[in-house]
Amino acid sequence: MTAPAGAGGRFAGALEVSAAWLLAVVWISPLLYALWAAFHGGAYATHFDPTAPLTLDNFRQALDQAPFLRYGLNTFILVTMLLAAQLVLCTLAAYAFARFRFWGREAAFALVLVQLMVTPEILIVENYGTLARLGLVDTITGIGLPYMASAFGIFLLRQAFKSTPKELEEAARLEGCGVLGVLWRVYVPLARPTYLAYGLVSVSHHWNNFLWPLVITNSLETRPLTVGLGVFGAPESGVDWSIISAATLLSVAPLLVAFLLFQRQFMQSFMTAGIK
Amino acid sequence: MTRDAMRHVYGWLLLTPAAILLVAFTHYPTVATVLDSLYSKGSAIRPSRFVGLGQYAQLADDPIFWKVLANNAWFALGTIPASVALAIAMALLVNRALPGRALVRMAYFTPTILPMIAVANIWLFFYTPDIGLIDQVLSVFGLPGHNWLGDTATVLPAIIAMTIWKEAGFFMIFYLAALQNIPPELGEAARLEGASRWTYFRRVLFPLLMPTTLFVLINAVLNSFKLVDHLFVLTKGGPDNASNLLLYYIFESAFSYFDTNYAATLTVVLLALLAVLALAQFFALDRRIHYW
Repeated sequence: MTAPAGAGGRFAGALEVSAAWLLAVVWISPLLYALWAAFHGGAYATHFDPTAPLTLDNFRQALDQAPFLRYGLNTFILVTMLLAAQLVLCTLAAYAFARFRFWGREAAFALVLVQLMVTPEILIVENYGTLARLGLVDTITGIGLPYMASAFGIFLLRQAFKSTPKELEEAARLEGCGVLGVLWRVYVPLARPTYLAYGLVSVSHHWNNFLWPLVITNSLETRPLTVGLGVFGAPESGVDWSIISAATLLSVAPLLVAFLLFQRQFMQSFMTAGIK
Repeated sequence: MTRDAMRHVYGWLLLTPAAILLVAFTHYPTVATVLDSLYSKGSAIRPSRFVGLGQYAQLADDPIFWKVLANNAWFALGTIPASVALAIAMALLVNRALPGRALVRMAYFTPTILPMIAVANIWLFFYTPDIGLIDQVLSVFGLPGHNWLGDTATVLPAIIAMTIWKEAGFFMIFYLAALQNIPPELGEAARLEGASRWTYFRRVLFPLLMPTTLFVLINAVLNSFKLVDHLFVLTKGGPDNASNLLLYYIFESAFSYFDTNYAATLTVVLLALLAVLALAQFFALDRRIHYW
């Protein structure tokens, strides 16, 4: 809203600033609380003494009790492999939809869009059966496979390719580029912002994904961070609260740090992703 | 072949790799789910057989099914209006000159990038009876503790509060984008006319934000059906299914009770609900175009 004038307006303005800050403090406090608990001994979990000694002991114990480094590696392999596959598959499909008037294009595109609504985690039962028949249960490939052809990625890239001027393609053709050459030399470089937005959204989504990885994995060697954390933090596991906080922070740290460093790009990407 | 005819070949060749995976993990399982819902659960002595709509009759008689459906409705009603209202408030607050604006915006948005599992882990301790943060604060004021997640009356509100915290900042960014497209002259004109800020919001801003609100509402409803991760940590759907949701019940039916055919029947209900939402989205987006 525009800044109001006058003394009354100034008062209202100050009130709004305080409200904004108060809400911000309330909103971030659960996370600050987790930080407090993770870096202090169990005795200080609800005893907020600013002179309480800091400790890394909770992190050490969390790492001793569960292989979080391995989980982290699994998550890293998963999101990298998945993003690479998504970029290749979605680029090819989006190029087809954007630049080739092939038979059945409209119907095929409508069928692709179905996946925006019916995401793979809703079909866990059947997809588990499919992966069992493929012998891919409890593999990192198995976690990623249902998400590799992403309707959302195809949709975003198709938009980007459609807005590329056709003259550039014709110029590249005159230079002797083939169908894939044009894609690689003209369309892909010009869609770089879309690739960045899609990449950030895909990595954050799959870093945080839980239900499908839980269903399809059952060993330490394949479990991603979220599933490892879910098993670790379950109430029946009886683990100390401060240690759970430390484990939670370990699991979210890479993404959280990336977000704090590249806030603007993250918010921009989430917005592009949402609005489509 | 002429170059013109080649477009069909190229088009399909480029599409094929993605199409195979999409069919395998979206279309085929959707059809298979519907077919499976028409068969009974098989066992070693009694093979699965065609029962037509028998599973659906069982579903209609299943009190847990109706319970989870009602819970889903309450969960949506509890989370969506509150998080949308908060999102609008947040967007308005950070869309003006404000000391530390970037920090405030970051505080609002941060819960969005945390996994639901981590959020549940953090909030679990707030809700733990007696030693948890809420009960400790209550005890300072001499109030008795409460088993927030163990009481059928408070478990769903507790989960709703946590979900609002997680989602409001996400919806905020869409309102921020929309607000930036509203010309500031409108606010000045309203002020010259002597309109109060509330009138300006109610009569000018809110109607202009309507397309964004429709978009956010549909996404929020979709999310409310897909968001079940927190149940694994917080309640396992309990106590007495008081916090159980449809997708979690599907998971339980398939992987705890090993009744995949009943799980398929439940999935068909979820798919039908999503289809209705898809149609709603189609018409809402249609309206959005007319609106502008």
